[in-house]
Amino acid sequence: MSGEAIEIRGLTKSFGATIALDQLDLSVRSGEVHGFLGPNGSGKSTTIRVLLGLLRADAGEIRLLGGDPWRDAVDLHRRLAYVPGDVNLWPTLTGGEVIDLMGRLRGGLDTKRRDDLIARFELDPRKKSRTYSKGNRQKVAIIAALASSVELLVLDEPTSGLDPLMESVFSDCIRHEREQGRTVLLSSHILSEVEQLCDRVSIIKAGALVESGTMAELRHLTRTRVEAEIDSPPTALGQALGVHNLTVTGHHVRFDVDDAELGAVLGVLTAGGLRSLTAQPPTLEQLFLRYYGRAPEPGPKVTR
Amino acid sequence: MSIDTRPTSSTTVARQRYAGLWTVLRLGLRQERLPLIIWTFAVAATVLSTVSAIKGLYPTAADRAQLVDSITANPAFLALTGPLTTPSLGGVTAWRVEVLGGLAVALMSVFTVVRRTRADEESGRAELLASGVLGRRSTLTAALLLAWTCAVVIGGIGALGAIGSGLPTAGALALGACLAGPGLVFGAVAAVGAQIFENARTATASALVALATAFAVRAAADLWSGAGWLRWLSPLGWVAEVGAFGAQRWAVLLLFVASALVLSAIAIALSGRRDLGHGLFAAGLGPAGNTSLRSGWSLALRLHRTSWIGWATGFLVLGLLTGSLATGAAALIGDNERIRQLVEDLGGTGAVSDELLSALAGIAGLVAGGYVVSATLRLRVEEEAGRAETVLCTGLSRTRWWSGHLLCSLGGSAGLLVICGLATSAVRWNVGPAGAGLAAMAVQIPAVLVIGGVTSAVIAVAPKFSSASWGLLGLAALLGPLGELLGLPATIRDLSPYTLVPALPAAPMTWAPVVALIVGAAAFTAVGFRAFTRRDLG
Repeated sequence: MSGEAIEIRGLTKSFGATIALDQLDLSVRSGEVHGFLGPNGSGKSTTIRVLLGLLRADAGEIRLLGGDPWRDAVDLHRRLAYVPGDVNLWPTLTGGEVIDLMGRLRGGLDTKRRDDLIARFELDPRKKSRTYSKGNRQKVAIIAALASSVELLVLDEPTSGLDPLMESVFSDCIRHEREQGRTVLLSSHILSEVEQLCDRVSIIKAGALVESGTMAELRHLTRTRVEAEIDSPPTALGQALGVHNLTVTGHHVRFDVDDAELGAVLGVLTAGGLRSLTAQPPTLEQLFLRYYGRAPEPGPKVTR
Repeated sequence: MSIDTRPTSSTTVARQRYAGLWTVLRLGLRQERLPLIIWTFAVAATVLSTVSAIKGLYPTAADRAQLVDSITANPAFLALTGPLTTPSLGGVTAWRVEVLGGLAVALMSVFTVVRRTRADEESGRAELLASGVLGRRSTLTAALLLAWTCAVVIGGIGALGAIGSGLPTAGALALGACLAGPGLVFGAVAAVGAQIFENARTATASALVALATAFAVRAAADLWSGAGWLRWLSPLGWVAEVGAFGAQRWAVLLLFVASALVLSAIAIALSGRRDLGHGLFAAGLGPAGNTSLRSGWSLALRLHRTSWIGWATGFLVLGLLTGSLATGAAALIGDNERIRQLVEDLGGTGAVSDELLSALAGIAGLVAGGYVVSATLRLRVEEEAGRAETVLCTGLSRTRWWSGHLLCSLGGSAGLLVICGLATSAVRWNVGPAGAGLAAMAVQIPAVLVIGGVTSAVIAVAPKFSSASWGLLGLAALLGPLGELLGLPATIRDLSPYTLVPALPAAPMTWAPVVALIVGAAAFTAVGFRAFTRRDLG
């Protein structure tokens, strides 16, 4: 598989006076697991709902599996499965009935895989949906999605109600899907999950893309946290390029440094008589906080 | 609105049980503001306009005496509003507004109580509130107080209006009380239903069945000579027993209050015996899978099935009742020579039976309108709950999903009227042509389809105002079958699809209006289809 499963250029969508999406770009390659991150209300679900043809875009170019999500909705829907962030089921139907229904509406269900998934997720399919907890409702939607043989999985915070055990079952399933060559768009707030599972990540904020790239590329954009003991704290450190948040207590210094300047700054430290050094690479969480903060520093855009 | 968070540890058990009552009541008032204002305005305006219309229509005692005769000879009137016993200006006014006004207030009460209790539990909002400092009985009590207050306000406006138009004060007060009374009782009935059933629709339906039964019992008491005692079994019959401008039996009013209090006590006792969010009976297990559920159509059928079967049972009973009332029309006339003469002038007992059948078929058409609105609104319910989104992200197209539900609501309503008509014809086999009962019911179908089509168009074009469809049905009822009773001019009444329906078998069949209604229904349905496939979901 090659090419783009999802290609969005300049997507704009407003609801009355509220601008939900403002010139959003997003690109998901075929066969990759793509993490889709952003603070609450940043427009993740709106983007997904435009991709699914539930909302009509005001402006922008959108290609989904080579088609137009609004015009070709039904044909495209046969090739994808969606797990909504807030799973609502028909109270009088049992979980098993919903899974079967969804499978048939998508054009087919692997019954062996269905039974296998029901067992792995420890779901009782005989219970009426009314009696399910949030996590169990989510399992129903996940099982229905994973048991149908589709090219693309669109998952909107699929694990927000699952316990850690089920979360890890879910992660295994997604890895299995990737091995099968399926494309996954995974919106999530569970950063460890995204770090483990995703090939590439896109971060959006206030309806626009702020960052997109592989985990390695994104890390490169951020700062490493450095703590060191030195004989004589060099005054040059304060002026060194790329050093931020410097605190000096006696011989102990602590600062953040742009990865691009790390080598030069280490030279300054060595010149001051370096005794010990710890350096922490940025986690996705730090990356996240940087963009989620009220005033993000505009970082250079990664162009794949 | 924030919840009062002061500790209540030192308070008594009673205060614990009703903690936060005032807060929930204010929340309810805020949430129900618009519907309550509309209900109050609509009912009060109808009552006030009737009061002034009566003065103009029947100014002299002779006019009113003639009215008494024509009503006694017309079982259709008897079935709808009961006998006219006091031919004073106040008496005629009370006769015209009491039963139907009381019915409207009762409906308001039922909807309000269920929305404030079971519907909130179903959506999970009640859980959020219950976790605050809120007594176990507060939500239910607040819902009842809200509905009761609104009923009393409507009654009060009615009484003031009657006094304002020069009717005797005591009678006007009794009239107001009779408007409010059924609201008190059926609000409490809905409160009991909301404890028993896990689902808000079922809870509402149970209270509406009780209301329909009360109406039918009252109609039977007024139609069958010697069955007057039945009136005591129906809160809508108590209205006549009060005799607002006649006997003025004030003690009867206590029946409303006492039964409302007893039913509320039952509801509160039941609420203490169940878990939040659950009914009285635990839900069982179902099938682990289902291969017959494979399309938008089969899903729609499954979702509409249970409620349709309930409605169909009701329509079967309605048909049997209509048939037997229309058959027995001759016996209703009794020995009064003057009335007998009037009946002869109207065309004999056969004609009276036909009149009654047409009137009851009109009522059946209205009730079927209630089904078609409620079933069509399921489109919006599914959309709001996010379940439409779930299925519309599969190979199911918007058109197929929409038409699956519309087939159930439009086809279902037609089916209800056919069942009702078959039951009527079966009972009334010895009067007139065999198919008259079926024809009288079936001819209502186009009007009901228009109501359904309009509802679907509203959902598609202005989804946020979907519930306004109930208002449109109310307006169609007010202008249609009830418009004649209210003395509205024909040009305004013709706006209602129900007015255009030929009143079979009393009137001859005319195809033009029926065709016009079918075309109208198709046009509204097409507008709905077109708008829905072009708008955002959610």
